[in-house]
Amino acid sequence: MLPMLNLVILYFLFALSIFILPKAIKSQKGILIAFLQMAAFVWFVFKVPLVSANNSELLFLKWIPELGLNFEFLLDGLSLAFALLVTGVGVLVFLYAHSYMKSYDNTAKFFFFLLLFSGAMLGLVLSANLIQLFIFWELTTVLSFFLISFFNEKELARKAAFQSLVITFLGGLSLLAGIIVIGSAVDSYSINDWVAGADKIKSSSSYVPGLILILIGVFTKSAQFPFHFWLPGAMQAPAPVSAYLHSATMVKAGVFLLARLSPALGGTDEWTFIVPLFGVITMLVGSYFAITQTDLKAILAYTTINALGVLVLLLGIDTNLSIKAAVLFLFIHAFYKASLFMIAGFIEKKTGTREINELGGLIKSFPITSAIALLALLSMAGLPPMLGFLGKELIYEAKVQSPGFGSMIFIFGFISNVLMFAVSMKVLFKVFLGKAKKTYTVSRFKNTFFVIGPAILVLISLVIGIAPNLFGKWIIEPATNVIYASPVNVELALWHGFNQVLLLSIATVVLGSMLSYILIKYNRVEVLWQKFNTTVFPVNLPELFTKTIESFVAFSVSKTKILQHGYHRYYILSIIVFTAVLLWVQLFVTKGWQFEIPFTFKPFYISGLVFIIMLATLFSVITRSRIAAILSMGVTGYGMALIFLYYSAVDLAITQILSETLIVVMFMLILQRLPTFTKLSSKATKIRDLIVSIIFGTAMTLVTLKAINVNLSSPISEFFMQNSFQKAFGENVVNVILVDFRALDTLGEATVLVIAAVGVSVLLFSKKSKS
Amino acid sequence: MNSIILQIASKYVRWLLVIFSVIILLRGHNAPGGGFIGGLLAGLSLAYKGFAFTPELLKTEMKVKPESFMGLGLMLIFISVWPGVFIKSAFMEGIWFTIPFPFTEGYKFGTPFLFDIGVFFTVIGVTVLFLFSLSNNKSWK
Repeated sequence: MLPMLNLVILYFLFALSIFILPKAIKSQKGILIAFLQMAAFVWFVFKVPLVSANNSELLFLKWIPELGLNFEFLLDGLSLAFALLVTGVGVLVFLYAHSYMKSYDNTAKFFFFLLLFSGAMLGLVLSANLIQLFIFWELTTVLSFFLISFFNEKELARKAAFQSLVITFLGGLSLLAGIIVIGSAVDSYSINDWVAGADKIKSSSSYVPGLILILIGVFTKSAQFPFHFWLPGAMQAPAPVSAYLHSATMVKAGVFLLARLSPALGGTDEWTFIVPLFGVITMLVGSYFAITQTDLKAILAYTTINALGVLVLLLGIDTNLSIKAAVLFLFIHAFYKASLFMIAGFIEKKTGTREINELGGLIKSFPITSAIALLALLSMAGLPPMLGFLGKELIYEAKVQSPGFGSMIFIFGFISNVLMFAVSMKVLFKVFLGKAKKTYTVSRFKNTFFVIGPAILVLISLVIGIAPNLFGKWIIEPATNVIYASPVNVELALWHGFNQVLLLSIATVVLGSMLSYILIKYNRVEVLWQKFNTTVFPVNLPELFTKTIESFVAFSVSKTKILQHGYHRYYILSIIVFTAVLLWVQLFVTKGWQFEIPFTFKPFYISGLVFIIMLATLFSVITRSRIAAILSMGVTGYGMALIFLYYSAVDLAITQILSETLIVVMFMLILQRLPTFTKLSSKATKIRDLIVSIIFGTAMTLVTLKAINVNLSSPISEFFMQNSFQKAFGENVVNVILVDFRALDTLGEATVLVIAAVGVSVLLFSKKSKS
Repeated sequence: MNSIILQIASKYVRWLLVIFSVIILLRGHNAPGGGFIGGLLAGLSLAYKGFAFTPELLKTEMKVKPESFMGLGLMLIFISVWPGVFIKSAFMEGIWFTIPFPFTEGYKFGTPFLFDIGVFFTVIGVTVLFLFSLSNNKSWK
């Protein structure tokens, strides 16, 4: 079962290789990647028979088993459904992007991010270990940030990218916390263990906090109220990104996780209350605000929010009907929304605007595109013979039969569907039909790749809409079985017979048509409605978000200014005082002043050396010449080196001599640039410094003396001495310690050294002139 | 500094220092020496030239930037820690082998030694970069 892992790795490798493609095929990379996606898609299609027999494949690789971290890739009905979506829509999106991105620079960067995203998303839906899933989850967040801000010369794009990053990251953190909280209840992060221990989880005290934490993560990712506002902002991204990330795949990651966890966490009172509640609110918010938008992509964004709300709601109701409807709607939505986003990008490219009031009668200039858009909009409105109709019927059925506060849900669902129908009709009549405001001449051949993606998606949607049974049996049923955790029979048909649900559909169409007629006929109604919205809902969530971030930053700045005052002398003072306090506390606890001084006679030259060192140190403190101070400190350093030599620590002595030399050299470099020597410290500060020095110096002396007396049972140096030559093949123990035994320390030190050097160079080379 | 004696001397002493630093690096595993000391010494040899003439001259004449030294050094360090993972399945485990050399027992080479070479280059780069930064005239005005 290694292919699953290899497939994900292949995506990442392929993404990296985009930058080194030969020039000849570089301009065709969109098509090239589409082939990769196609291969993956076909691979998953061949897995359909296996999965539809309710089997699954699991790949288990040990990573850090002690921590419960393993690579677990699971291919079952649910992950297959999502994998087909990711790769299948991926093929078409990359073909589309190939044409769409032609006129921009940096397309290699774009395809790099988009392909990485594909790989991450594929990894996410195949993950069966929740920590692993979290890693892919965060990867998609980061890549979404880069893709939204692809046109980073626009301020709006940068802002929107930042906003979506912060919101989804906060959600991600909460998700991680939730995973750990729930994982501790069953002592595992594997989804299979969670499902097996579902009862244990649900009865444990960590269930409710864990569930809420996970749901926050899900809601931020899938743009649920009150986090929904990042999604319309994310429409600053190029159209292929909107079609791929923000309609078909990434925003569905939350829905996927919800579906994955449904057998483990679902079915409780908390679940069937919280999840549908937010789903309903999101559904209403999405459809309500979609109707007054005038930007084509904003309309699509709000209808996406609506769809995500519907999906969450259906998963929350948690009956076999609702889950069946959710899985079906997942596909329906991906089909029509991805194609509509692609068409929106196409329209923007060709006409230069996305404002629906400036567009009209596009059917005359772009007959094929308009026909595709018509079918996609029909699917969105939920009209036959499209798949959307089937989905809407199923959703109505699920809502009507939902337990608990079902009737409420059903009324809200009806309102939302009326609004959605009106939005679809409004877009259809304002943009594609009606009077043409301009005619656009476009050569036909250039548009092939623009149209092929939406065309295929809409055709699939049409074919499945008419003959849904095979699709239901092979794709929907296995996925439903996994989510519902018990066999569900899925039989789909376009014609349900004349029943309550059909009546509801007819009522939806009638009311929706009336609403859209008013909106299209009287422009004033829409303007008034917008005004009404701004007065009734005065809180602008994106602005509120920006303000929150700004005040948070201001708060940290004010706090940081107190601690990071910028006076070097006080930094040093606080470091030394703090260390001294710590040392003295430890000295008092261990009675550090009780030790014997082993008194041995040293040759006179050592005593003399020590005396010289002391003199030099004293001199460096009291001298009034900088050069003298530096040189006398040099004397101290070289003196130390000599003492090292006496105790035959040659390496240490050489190092000491060399660094001492370097320090003197560097001091000399600075010296010529310093202002003339002046005394700035007052008497009081001098006394303070003296006291601090005495306290610190005494502590250090005591520690050093005490260190001689401490007898560890077996000093580590003996181990080093013994093994240095036998195990590390080196006779110089110091060097062996540095590069072998304690190499990790050296690695860290080398890195720190480099960072420090770069920091110094940046500080001193900066062009900013100080006034 | 403008001393002709120092300038002429620097020409020869500098290369002596460089050769000496390499010897120190090579013998480091069995005798006093090693990458850190060698690197400091090589850095000093460059500093010597900077002092004899001006640091600016050194900066213009150096074909390899100190940042590149640091980069090379860190790269060698990070490369050297990996063979252990794949051969002995432990991070940073030293891998040793003998390079045959005529008339001797052969020269022992291993990943810790590569590590030491990395330290050597890093220290050179850091020393020279410090030197350049501190001698930068513009920033002090």
